[in-house]
Amino acid sequence: MALAGAREATHLHDVVARTRPVARADDQLLPVTTAFEGLLPWAGLRRGATVAVSGVAATSLALALAAGASRAGSWCVAVGLPSLGLAAAVEAGIELARFPMVAASSTGHQWASVVAAVVDAFDIVLVRPPGRVGATDARRLTARARERGAVLVSVGVPWEGADVRLAVRDVAWHGLGRGHGHLGARHVDVTAEGRGAAARPRRASLWLPDADGEVRRAVERRTDLHRETTAAEAACRRSPGPAVGRRGVRVAG
Amino acid sequence: MWCPDWPLTAAGVGHDEAAAVVVANRVVASSLAAWHDGVVRGLRRREAQGRCPSLRVLAADPAQEARAFEPVVAAVESFAPRVEVTRPGQCALATRGPSRYFGGDEALARAIADRVRAVAWCDATAAPEPGVSTGADAAGCVGDSAVAAPGVGAAMPVRVGVADGAFAATLAARATTDDEPVRVVAPGTTAAFLAPFPIGALNRPELADLLTRLGIRTLGDFAALPAADVLARFGVDGSHAHRLARGVDERPLSSRRPPPELAVQCELDPPANRVDIAAFAAKGLAEELHHRLSSRGLACTRVLVEAETEHGERLARLWRHDGALTAAAMAERVRWQLDGWLAGAAPGRGGADADVDGIVDVTAGLTLLRLVPDEVKADNGRALGFWGGVADADERAARALARLQGMLGPDAVTTGVLSGGRNPDEHVHLVRWGDPREPARPGAPGGAPVRADGRVEVPPWPGRLQPPAPATVHRPATPAELVDAAGEQVAVTGRGMVPTEPARLRVDGGVWVDVVAWAGPWPVDERWWDPASHRRRARFQVALHTGAAHLVTVEGGRWWVEASYD
Repeated sequence: MALAGAREATHLHDVVARTRPVARADDQLLPVTTAFEGLLPWAGLRRGATVAVSGVAATSLALALAAGASRAGSWCVAVGLPSLGLAAAVEAGIELARFPMVAASSTGHQWASVVAAVVDAFDIVLVRPPGRVGATDARRLTARARERGAVLVSVGVPWEGADVRLAVRDVAWHGLGRGHGHLGARHVDVTAEGRGAAARPRRASLWLPDADGEVRRAVERRTDLHRETTAAEAACRRSPGPAVGRRGVRVAG
Repeated sequence: MWCPDWPLTAAGVGHDEAAAVVVANRVVASSLAAWHDGVVRGLRRREAQGRCPSLRVLAADPAQEARAFEPVVAAVESFAPRVEVTRPGQCALATRGPSRYFGGDEALARAIADRVRAVAWCDATAAPEPGVSTGADAAGCVGDSAVAAPGVGAAMPVRVGVADGAFAATLAARATTDDEPVRVVAPGTTAAFLAPFPIGALNRPELADLLTRLGIRTLGDFAALPAADVLARFGVDGSHAHRLARGVDERPLSSRRPPPELAVQCELDPPANRVDIAAFAAKGLAEELHHRLSSRGLACTRVLVEAETEHGERLARLWRHDGALTAAAMAERVRWQLDGWLAGAAPGRGGADADVDGIVDVTAGLTLLRLVPDEVKADNGRALGFWGGVADADERAARALARLQGMLGPDAVTTGVLSGGRNPDEHVHLVRWGDPREPARPGAPGGAPVRADGRVEVPPWPGRLQPPAPATVHRPATPAELVDAAGEQVAVTGRGMVPTEPARLRVDGGVWVDVVAWAGPWPVDERWWDPASHRRRARFQVALHTGAAHLVTVEGGRWWVEASYD
């Protein structure tokens, strides 16, 4: 009985393989949160692309970039980012069960083979190379990512030949005063430039995150921005700081 | 054969010492001394400590339990081949052949108990002892002997029960006392023996709960129901439980010997003489076996673990599981078994074991590992997505990670679990890929609430930092310097006040950067009752004019950057 079932299962497998729809255009795009629309040259994150993220808030931006796909069921992986704050990843919207961390060795050659191995199996690969990536390694890994349909995101380190270079400029924190408040919302300006479809430079200002913890587009007009900023400050003031009383808390745990 | 409180025995606790083994904050085993103080199974840890302040609380260590059990299984195996280990502390064997040789079930059971006790005696000096429970094949009997190996010289309880079928034999072993450690249920009277047991003995809490509410409180009541009605109302599992209650052998009817080509093996070159190396190979092997079986629609209920060493020694042991063995469960059992064999080979242990028959001394590294599915049944388990899709991606990722673990070592691939805590480094608990994803402390933000006594409890962790969480958490913290406008180090007074405002920050001897905004101090005085982990520090958030922001702390007069919002 079981064997008959197994034969049936094998047959079913063949049918699946034969009738699988051909790759559609949107299969080639991984979803991103709406904040990135217009910043990337594609309507999502194109499979096989290489993205280099740099600037003061590079890590947060890279996490936000991966969050849309992770939420939609993709597997992401971080290679060589041992100090990544996974609580921030969860806040950005990444599913931790599908986000393993790989400790890469610092020797260049092995690092490249580790990245090559994960590129084969994961949709989004966040990497921080131990040093500047050699042109040969970069070219080989970029080609491999393109072939396997993985998105390679270099965090905080330039990547030669990246399709898109996202840079964070003009970071402003809201909610923190001189001796009061707490870090609440961050307003950043992001520029995107690159090759091919991304050759035309693009610019966007984002809340990374806003006072409610969402990553979203900030309004462009100056007066509206002022209103939003005031709202963010007010939201931070409503939630008290971590310590209860000036003496602090004697806490269990 | 069954050893009561095996986890304690394996941990080397004497019976005169109050100790308890806890899993997930619940007591699973308690020593006699602790039991007299009212520490019983299922009690919460805090409550147990309240009842018995001198209680020694031990975490469960299945590997150690299995390791300690190995000599006991070997002793039982000297009576009959094909001893099945149900779990550490309990094993079963078919008694039909050996009981004829030893002159009856009772004589056999006593012989087993004596032998196990002897093993325990000789082992008690070197290592704590295991317990064994023996079950029987279809028409056989089950011996259940429990061995507790307390400290040197103390008597070790071994319980043996004999009945038709392993389930009844286990209950028979549990129905014994210290004075009368052997219980033999005569063939054909198993149903009558089982009838007075409460329905909870079936070990199916949901079914037991439902049946109790229907007014069916004993196995006898349950067995009296017509089998067809039980199947119609409670499904396959209920029907299985019904067979157990009627004293019919619990083996699934459809189980059969699988074809030999299903066995998987791998050669280890160089030979593995450390458990983790062999266990790592075993994990891949277990996955392969599971895959082969599942591609035929089969699930494994009993697996034979075989190994060969460089010196040609052959080792084999059966492990069985009530339900189907998943790949992870199989790998775990193989690891326990390897632990038992290889730890037995460790120097300093050989002398004690050498006197006991049946123990194969492992004198060299393992060169071959083989998993043979000994008993299989049709798997009516889960269905995968029609288009492959997600499951396909999961499998690809799992394969790549396993490969990386082989390349870089098993610790190089980790996965994070949200966990309770006050500081960013405590919010995430990193576990090795493949280990169960369990938080180190309860109370993770947005995590599943902890249920206890029907109430929902979420530890609040007062003093936890507000979101957003820092994207970089430095482990360990990076040294830093925070100074005021005059260049003096910023200090926090004992009353938690900051006399001067922070003006500039320097991280790890780098360049000085102006502080544009700051808040704090948020003092934390953690775990003051425990000198080893007591920490007293004050935390600040600072935003720099470059746009960077850090979580800095002062502890013992020195400044550290704990995390960065980058």
